[in-house]
Amino acid sequence: MSDVQTGTPALKQGFAEMFKGGVIMDVVTADQARIAEAAGATAVMALERVPADIRKDGGVARMSDPKMIKEIIAAVSIPVMAKVRIGHIVEAQILQAIGVDFIDESEVLTPADDQYHILKSDFKVPFVCGAKNLGEALRRVGEGASMIRTKGEAGTGNVIEAVRHARTVLGEIRAIQARPAEELMTVARDLQAPYELVKYVHANGKLPVVNFAAGGVATPADAALMMALGLDGVFVGSGIFKSDNPERRAQAIVKAVTHFQNPEVLAEISEDLGAPMTGINIDDLIPAERLATRGW
Amino acid sequence: MGAAGPRVGVLALQGAFREHRARLEALGAAVTEVRLPADLAGLSGLILPGGESTTMARLMGEFGLWAPVRDFHAAGGHLWGTCAGAILLAREVQGAPPQFGHQDSLALLDVTVQRNAFGRQIDSFTTDLLLEGLSAPLPAVFIRAPAFARVGEGVEVLATHEGQTVAVRQGRVLATAFHPELTGDLRLHELFLGGMRAPVPA
Repeated sequence: MSDVQTGTPALKQGFAEMFKGGVIMDVVTADQARIAEAAGATAVMALERVPADIRKDGGVARMSDPKMIKEIIAAVSIPVMAKVRIGHIVEAQILQAIGVDFIDESEVLTPADDQYHILKSDFKVPFVCGAKNLGEALRRVGEGASMIRTKGEAGTGNVIEAVRHARTVLGEIRAIQARPAEELMTVARDLQAPYELVKYVHANGKLPVVNFAAGGVATPADAALMMALGLDGVFVGSGIFKSDNPERRAQAIVKAVTHFQNPEVLAEISEDLGAPMTGINIDDLIPAERLATRGW
Repeated sequence: MGAAGPRVGVLALQGAFREHRARLEALGAAVTEVRLPADLAGLSGLILPGGESTTMARLMGEFGLWAPVRDFHAAGGHLWGTCAGAILLAREVQGAPPQFGHQDSLALLDVTVQRNAFGRQIDSFTTDLLLEGLSAPLPAVFIRAPAFARVGEGVEVLATHEGQTVAVRQGRVLATAFHPELTGDLRLHELFLGGMRAPVPA
């Protein structure tokens, strides 16, 4: 039929809507992907090393081996996401070619470009990008991102940065709503954000795309906190497979995101999960080790 | 149901439940988000939204929702599944997670549903769809969508796309492989609410 369309913004953003109220889990092997799927993850993020190991090992962090990603695609029936370096157009083309469902242009990997992000509207596969504030979020949406996540401070097991970024974005949205329409161009200038998207936020009181939490979520309570702040869902990275009992913790975090408004359920599922990942105090990170500052 | 219209539930474990809620409220229905069995009390209908069917099936098991939803249907409740929700309604599911080889479902609709029947996200598509009972085509959003590979006797086919069955009805159970909640077209939600007001054929 002639009216069939693929790769449209509506399809990409609609797909992101389907992850809402769910948990997307970082995995580095097909076995971990199976554990994530069995725990109720709405998608898995295939990467070579979780952020905690990227921090520990140092060196350049790049897109994963396509063979490993294909093994993960074959192992599970849920959608598979994978990360590319900021600005690395070719890594993104490769992931699209192997049938990845979503691409994360991620500050957790070592950036390939210190000025420009990928023009994501050029791709048929949807993209998620990190943001610390509203201007950054709207610049990414302007480039074609179909989903936004907080940057947080990945691999630390410390939720403070994710909270800071969520409160910043949501607070800036409320501030725009309070402004009269004639001030919006100046708002756009100050935020360094596309004017049309600033107008959208003013009219609708939300981002034009789904907004998830990421970076430092380690416990069911952390995940529920991010939902309580008003985000749409949660990414969990090192928090699961760097803890004592990944299966139980993964299941508990999935339940926490569904029942974030029900403290009785949260109390029950938070019990006896074993030790969480150790975690890092953000203040102890030297500036060069901070991942959230990457992205422009 | 009173003059204010029927009270309808939306399964709110995960996925696009807020969109369904908004469409129903736009049509004057009172909406309850269903996360636990007790939330089903007093409802005339329940929508199972799009999202990830494996996630929703897991949470339905964890929070003891399988039997209460079947009881809700047996007691006269109307059900509508969209995309992942349609998978939850089916008697048989093909394309279940490879590690399990099967996927639990409510088995209230005598069909075999094929998960991701049209491919991965890159193959997701929109189209205008002719649907039995609607005079003009409906904008339909298919996202990693399923299709009904086998349709039992007594299941009415409401729409097909390129040879695949994508909308069906059996008694009080409606299922669509696509996402009417992602468009501004309210006609399917109207149809669902209308079914609750009409006497049910046996």
